[in-house]
Amino acid sequence: MSAFAGGDAAIDRKRSSAAAGHVGLALIALVLLGQLAGCGRAQLQPAGPISDAERKILLDSVVIMLAIVIPTIFATLGVAWWYRASNPRARRLPDFVYSGRVELIVWSIPTLVIIFLGGIAWISSHDLDPAQPLPSKAAPLDIQVVSLDWKWLFIYPRLGIASVNRLEVPAGVPLHLMVTSASVWNAFWVPQLGSMLYCMNGMSGTLYLEADRPGVYRGESAMISGDGFADMHFDTDAVTQEQFNAWVTSTRNAGPVLDDPAYRGLLRQSVPPHPYTYRSVRQGLFADIVMQRLPPGEGPRGAAPNVHPVGLK
Amino acid sequence: MTLLGKLTWQAIPLHEPLPLFSGAAVVIIMVAIVAWVVIKGYLPYLWREWITSVDHKRIGVMYCILAGVMLLRGFIDAIMMRTQQVMAYNAPGFLPPSHFAQVFSAHGTIMIFFVAMPFVIGLMNVIVPLQLGVRDVAFPTLNSVSFWLTAAGALLVNLSLVVGEFDRTGWLPYPPLSELAYSPGVGVDYYCWSLQISGVGTLMTGINFVTTILKLRAPGMHYTRMPMFCWTALASNLLIVAAFPVLTATLAMLLLDRYVGFHFFTDTGGGNSMMFMNLIWAWGHPEVYILVLPAFGIYSEVVSTFSSKPLFGYRSMIYATMAICIISFMVWLHHFFTMGAGADVNAIFGIASMIIAVPTGVKIFNWLFTMYGGSVRFTTPMLWSIGFIVTFAIGGLTGVLLAVPPADFQLHNSVFLVAHFHNVIIGAVIFGVFAGYVYWFPKAFGFTLDERLGKWAFWLWLIGFWVAWGPGYVVGLEGMTRRLQHYDVAEWHPWLVVAEGGVLIILLGIIAQIAQIVVSVRTREQRRDVTGDPWDGRNLEWATASPPPPFNFAVLPDVTDQEPYWDMKARAREIGQLTRPEPEYQPIHMPRNSPTGFVTAFLAVVSGFALIWHIWWLVVLGLAGAYATFVVFAWRDHDEELIPAEEVARLDRANRAVRSAALHHRQLRREVETQREPRQ
Amino acid sequence: MSAASTALRAGSDPYHIGHGPSTGVPEYTGHGAGGPAPKRIVVGYGFWIFILSDVILFSCFFATYTVLIEARNGGPGPQQLFDLHNTAVETACLLLSSFSCGMTSLAVARHNLLWSEITLAITGLLGLTFIGLEVHEFLGLVAQGAGPTRSAFLTSFFALVGCHGVHVTAGLLWLGTMMAQFPAKGFKQTILHRYLCFSLFWHALDIIWIGIFTVVYLIGTITP
Repeated sequence: MSAFAGGDAAIDRKRSSAAAGHVGLALIALVLLGQLAGCGRAQLQPAGPISDAERKILLDSVVIMLAIVIPTIFATLGVAWWYRASNPRARRLPDFVYSGRVELIVWSIPTLVIIFLGGIAWISSHDLDPAQPLPSKAAPLDIQVVSLDWKWLFIYPRLGIASVNRLEVPAGVPLHLMVTSASVWNAFWVPQLGSMLYCMNGMSGTLYLEADRPGVYRGESAMISGDGFADMHFDTDAVTQEQFNAWVTSTRNAGPVLDDPAYRGLLRQSVPPHPYTYRSVRQGLFADIVMQRLPPGEGPRGAAPNVHPVGLK
Repeated sequence: MTLLGKLTWQAIPLHEPLPLFSGAAVVIIMVAIVAWVVIKGYLPYLWREWITSVDHKRIGVMYCILAGVMLLRGFIDAIMMRTQQVMAYNAPGFLPPSHFAQVFSAHGTIMIFFVAMPFVIGLMNVIVPLQLGVRDVAFPTLNSVSFWLTAAGALLVNLSLVVGEFDRTGWLPYPPLSELAYSPGVGVDYYCWSLQISGVGTLMTGINFVTTILKLRAPGMHYTRMPMFCWTALASNLLIVAAFPVLTATLAMLLLDRYVGFHFFTDTGGGNSMMFMNLIWAWGHPEVYILVLPAFGIYSEVVSTFSSKPLFGYRSMIYATMAICIISFMVWLHHFFTMGAGADVNAIFGIASMIIAVPTGVKIFNWLFTMYGGSVRFTTPMLWSIGFIVTFAIGGLTGVLLAVPPADFQLHNSVFLVAHFHNVIIGAVIFGVFAGYVYWFPKAFGFTLDERLGKWAFWLWLIGFWVAWGPGYVVGLEGMTRRLQHYDVAEWHPWLVVAEGGVLIILLGIIAQIAQIVVSVRTREQRRDVTGDPWDGRNLEWATASPPPPFNFAVLPDVTDQEPYWDMKARAREIGQLTRPEPEYQPIHMPRNSPTGFVTAFLAVVSGFALIWHIWWLVVLGLAGAYATFVVFAWRDHDEELIPAEEVARLDRANRAVRSAALHHRQLRREVETQREPRQ
Repeated sequence: MSAASTALRAGSDPYHIGHGPSTGVPEYTGHGAGGPAPKRIVVGYGFWIFILSDVILFSCFFATYTVLIEARNGGPGPQQLFDLHNTAVETACLLLSSFSCGMTSLAVARHNLLWSEITLAITGLLGLTFIGLEVHEFLGLVAQGAGPTRSAFLTSFFALVGCHGVHVTAGLLWLGTMMAQFPAKGFKQTILHRYLCFSLFWHALDIIWIGIFTVVYLIGTITP
């Protein structure tokens, strides 16, 4: 019937549901925007200069884009609604298919926004390069991070101690993290401190972070690494310098020694039930891991598929 | 033992009830369907009219059916994941880690490769030759092979449910986790071989459609008269041709590592796992645009038709499409800013990624201006399109956010990222194919779909999507990483419960869609599209009957305008009769049906299965069979069938009659209206 | 705003892209605008697109080779392993086979069955010699302990050169099929189209080999 009839009859039927529809769309958009600007805990509650700067960039970018996205959404809904077929007051312009002025505007608005955001991206990429040392009066604390199946090993090379699944750091002191993996990829990430970085076998990545106030910050792996992946989280204890010194002293006085046999034990797939520390670490262990002079993680070692790894919590 | 390679009874998950039951259920349903088909005597019909068909419309429909079935499978995975994360707050939940990992890997693999891809390719199959005003694609039998290889890949993925296991490394198997040392099971092999097989099919589709669009068009159809959907299909298929070989090569390297001890990506022997990351995303990022560009094309068609206006800024849209097509190859590094590549590299790739937002933004504004001054009809496809613009605006925003490297340092691999890509893949690709599905359904089947249930489906999907993935953005900003089998953070839990609710709302949406099909089929006689043009369409697909005859057009249409069918209708109204007098009908040669595609797919499944389980004699047999099929196909003498001129005349006269009637009906109505309201 | 708008009338040119008001007569400006291209063009064009995709496949292997060339894992490098004499013979075989393939095209164009078969056979023999030499080279390397599992460099070498070898082997199978088809089916259109594709494929493999010869063998042996 409607090949030449313009489908007028069909329009009437659709009128009623469309009204409700647009209110609904607008509400959904609002709810989402509320959520985005809302109260995230980790990245939006920074505890260090890096995450603080990253939060600022994140929010700035969102606000800049919302300035164009919100009008676009409302314009879409408004135009669609005003030009509904059943609106007798709408002025129809069936021949309005090209306008140089409109074209100029629709190309230039996104271009200008992207030039602006591109500038932000360029500058911030350089300011917040993970390998960039932090300006600070305090000398940075070296920490070597090794991801294993499925635990984190933190070596303090200058202090000669190591810790598994707990990262103890002094607040207010820049942390110089050297990140590698003993087996598969992982990503080292403490959201409240800032940038994540991949841990890769045979390579060492550099990451500078700092906690500017004491607290316990959740750290985790952000890259699937096998069956124990969900347990690869750790607490970052940021404490005062005095507390940190006390922790170093107590660590040096107790616990096992991290030598090659102990390291080979770590290479086995397991999830340690509790964090623990090593009172001393063999010199050059991290370099040997990075240079692949030590064997990589063992993997499931001939276990049949579908066999669950031992030690899962 | 050695006769069956690695395959033993242990491969059947007898000790794990969940996969066993679900697998058994799938097997029983499949056997039941096959038995029903055989008993009812439908098999010869299916074989003749569908399985061996090389008709682009039939193949397109089969692609869409495959996508629909696999959508259900992938969606069950989604429900399982959401439920696990609701249950697994300080608890093990109901899925052990190894199984949970298979579920999220299968979900991603299936949704991208066996839902989004076949749906998009299916719609292109049905519509592109019709819009171009030609009789079929460039290589019809190859088209059938493409489809059946895709189906073969899908079958292998589902086979892993019952025999062995699926990939546990995520939807992209990053080494070294996917290397033999860390994934000794057959899961990664299932992944690689099913994607190799379906990937060959996709590549051939790309070649076929690039050739079709560039070399087979109705007389007068210049590049600047091609419908927008054809333009986006061209861009998408160019991307397939350029990107899918990269996937094939990358997976081949991983397979060489796993099967014969090569060292492409291993930790040992000097292999370089970062290279995999670069290669896979050199395919993976264009893949995003392979999916989304045709969806953009669908929106262009739908918005224009239901605003009763030509697409605004058509030329701009072409530039925007081709710009996206090209830039999409220059941004792959934004998938791993956190690798530590250095500030310059990160910044350059970040900015390149943002640049894609410019042509994309232009497209949104052009759709807006298409509606401006139009006469907008809120049909289901139009609702999907408006829902898309609103949803995608937010998805684009979070996408640009992720392209700012320092922001990405805090969002990468978090649930925020997952929410973003669901935002664009559901909000743009899935909404798009649903819009196209409702819009073109009457063309393919000859009757329209129920609008009421269609609108229910739309609202449930839209609301369900936001309820499911709005919380994803929040927990992402609360530091939750993706793929967690369990967790101990109290703040995340309520949001994940809300997300589960969203998934259930989407489930209702899917139920509404199934009900829509059932209701529409049962009431099909009332909803017949006798005119071939149910929406007052503008492009050539509406110039032929619904469903179109096998040859699409009795005489190829002459294209004199950017909107050929609208132009024809306008001229017909002016002169008061159809634009062309009845032609002298000629017999038409059409390609003959061929079982080549089905046989190839069968051999591909057999060889793939044999390769996965190291059953080498069967591999040799499969390859020999493939060569034999090739020779048999090359040897056949009669590859075309003749449709006699009388048959062509009968079908075309019917089409001309309804169109004439519609034209006169319109004129009568206009005369009545003029008498009633003389001043208008 | 309506002042800026442009009417889209039937056959008008609202985008100023050059084609004037249409008279209803299609303008044959090329690029398929005059209707679908003939079958020969379509087949050749489609196969060209396939070859382009194949070139991209090879480029991935080239890329991995250049990335991994220094990853010797303490094993030998190109200078210790590659024998340029062998490669020169291989190259000569392949280039000559391209020449004879060109001769086949001439014979096929003249529908001369005898010469088509003779030149195809020569092409095939040269191809077989090439494959034989390559297999010989590979076996020699493996015997020296320089197999593909030795180091990432050798992995990428075997994969790149092997990928080309697999293509040539597939080409030989195709060539054999063509040799059977000419006498069995005669010079009909479909067979001619198929031969067009085959010759494109064979020449493309030559071009890839030039790349391999340069990147792997020449540059490998002249740089330390």
